[in-house]
Amino acid sequence: MSDATQSTPAPKRSALQALEIDTRLLGMVGAFIVVCLVFNVLTDGRFLTPRNIFNLTIQTVSVAIMATGMVFIIVTRHIDLACGALLATCSAIMAMTQTAYLPQLVGLPLGHPAIPWIAIAVGMSAGALIGAFQGWMVGYLAIPAFIVTLGGLLIWRNVGWYLTNGQTIGPLDPTFMQFGGINGTLGTTWSWIIGILAVVAAIWALFSARRNKIAHDFPVKPMWAELVNAGIIATAVLGFIAILNSYEIPRGRLRRLFEARGETLPDDFTAAYGLPISVLLLIAIAIGMTVIAKKTRLGRYIFATGGNPDAAELSGVNTRLLTVKVFALMGALCAISAVVASARLTNHSNDIGTLDELRVIAAAVIGGTALSGGIGTIHGAILGALIMQSLQSGMAMVGVDAPLQNIVVGTVLVVAVLVDIIYRKRLGAK
Amino acid sequence: MATPLVDLKDISISFGGVRAVDNVSINLMPGEVVGLLGHNGAGKSTLIKILSGAYQKDSGEIWIDGEKAEINSPRDARRYNIETIYQTLALADNLDAASNLFLGRELTTAFGFVDEAKMESETKKIMARLNPNFKKLGEPVSALSGGQRQSVAIARAVYFNAKILIMDEPTAALGVHETQMVADLIKELKAQGLGIFLISHDTREMLDLCDRVSVMKNGALVGTERVEDVTEDDILSMIILGKNPKEAA
Repeated sequence: MSDATQSTPAPKRSALQALEIDTRLLGMVGAFIVVCLVFNVLTDGRFLTPRNIFNLTIQTVSVAIMATGMVFIIVTRHIDLACGALLATCSAIMAMTQTAYLPQLVGLPLGHPAIPWIAIAVGMSAGALIGAFQGWMVGYLAIPAFIVTLGGLLIWRNVGWYLTNGQTIGPLDPTFMQFGGINGTLGTTWSWIIGILAVVAAIWALFSARRNKIAHDFPVKPMWAELVNAGIIATAVLGFIAILNSYEIPRGRLRRLFEARGETLPDDFTAAYGLPISVLLLIAIAIGMTVIAKKTRLGRYIFATGGNPDAAELSGVNTRLLTVKVFALMGALCAISAVVASARLTNHSNDIGTLDELRVIAAAVIGGTALSGGIGTIHGAILGALIMQSLQSGMAMVGVDAPLQNIVVGTVLVVAVLVDIIYRKRLGAK
Repeated sequence: MATPLVDLKDISISFGGVRAVDNVSINLMPGEVVGLLGHNGAGKSTLIKILSGAYQKDSGEIWIDGEKAEINSPRDARRYNIETIYQTLALADNLDAASNLFLGRELTTAFGFVDEAKMESETKKIMARLNPNFKKLGEPVSALSGGQRQSVAIARAVYFNAKILIMDEPTAALGVHETQMVADLIKELKAQGLGIFLISHDTREMLDLCDRVSVMKNGALVGTERVEDVTEDDILSMIILGKNPKEAA
């Protein structure tokens, strides 16, 4: 199958070029690995334990989900300073819906199976509506996004306060709390099944893209390069699952679980957490957002508008409506992040998501999103969120003073952007 | 007289008290090239942007194919098969040639996703016809030369079966060879029955390519003449003096 496609002899390329791996992505993965290894040495091996890797992933999810939406916002040359505050409002709405509105106003008893789903639907609708409203002000009233969302930062945090009268609302619905991380994991077997399905799907996608290219007479990578890429993906996915599956549930917790069912814990019984539902949710969102970015007209218009707003408008793209859509999408993602964040804390508190807007912007920017617009990737933003979280938890484990932690994170943000600028200049791209 | 493809009647537009276009009427027949001439700021590009939907006229009427047309946005113009090659090219620099060519009109698969491979292969086909030297299909157009960028903009206009083509300074950034290619293309499209509005500063090129030329000065139309009835000097005096020597005579 490879012979027929080699009609035009490609110029000799290095192995790295043949793999067609994004060198920028490679640099970020490299930086991430260095961060992990350094902290692992500094913590005498405590950083790269299954337990810490598990915690790291569930701590990253909330910011990472919003970072995927922030990519679209920044790519269209806007900014969203309100996402942390919007998260708080959505969290407040969902907490009040499940603990007060539904039981007291509608009459659904606490613990009713529909409660968490209605709460999530209400929260996401509210998030999307508020986002759309902010997008309408940016797109149609031409108020700069910086101002609209700076106002939103003050407004939504305190709308959330009024919804709960400043109280902490909890405990939340048990099903709802499964989205938080440690309270909702898939267990060993299902984690392996999901992992294997993911590998199969990724390899199928690789080769169907190859088939499609061949069908249209476009050059393709050599077969060995495809196989190496497939191998890297399989190793990474299954390795990740293996690590999560080796984080065993502590005996004490298992004993309580068994006691709750009226049984006693057998001496040789062990169980592992496996893949958290929140991480699965993040992966699903990442795939969905990547598909939107690469495979839909909406994604095309987002990137075209970011590259040249006038050209997009002259090409018939309704850039105002596009702004509304992008902000509405961000609002819905804030609500999903609110589910994860409040479920992880098992309650809603007023300060939930405080300063998240800055973490989210930093994650997107470290992940290669250009503030000048038109450039950015979803996987980059998620990796950016992971790097930030690793730095933060790593320093906490080492015992670095809290003020110094922030100094380091701030420095990393600025240096990352500087490195990116130098890298792009050397590539000759803008 | 046959129905004009485009009939612009008494078009006016003002920007903050300045009448950029003042009561201008011109028309365009199928298979005809009409040139618009005038100094910078004479109102040529503004007039043409009203037809392409980028600006909204203050008064006047636009008739397409004998029917009154409402053009309030570039989307409306595209519905009337009006395609425009802007002086600025209007390309999204961060996207590749295929994405730019199909911007706003992406080909999609049965599932509603953009069909990248199909668009790339269509781009390859049309670029092979317009500019055989064009090879950088996968790169963002910011990496292309002026001539190559121009070919992408032209390809975008001709790919979608335009009936009315507006070309604003299509050869301004081009070398001799590429300019000749654009001239050949204009003749070919004209033979296919398209109507073309052409804006250029090059008077000689205009006399060569156009059937009629309209000269504007300070937003007003000085006059429209068939090229065989005027000399280059006549046109220059219309541009500079704002008077039609034939009317004066």
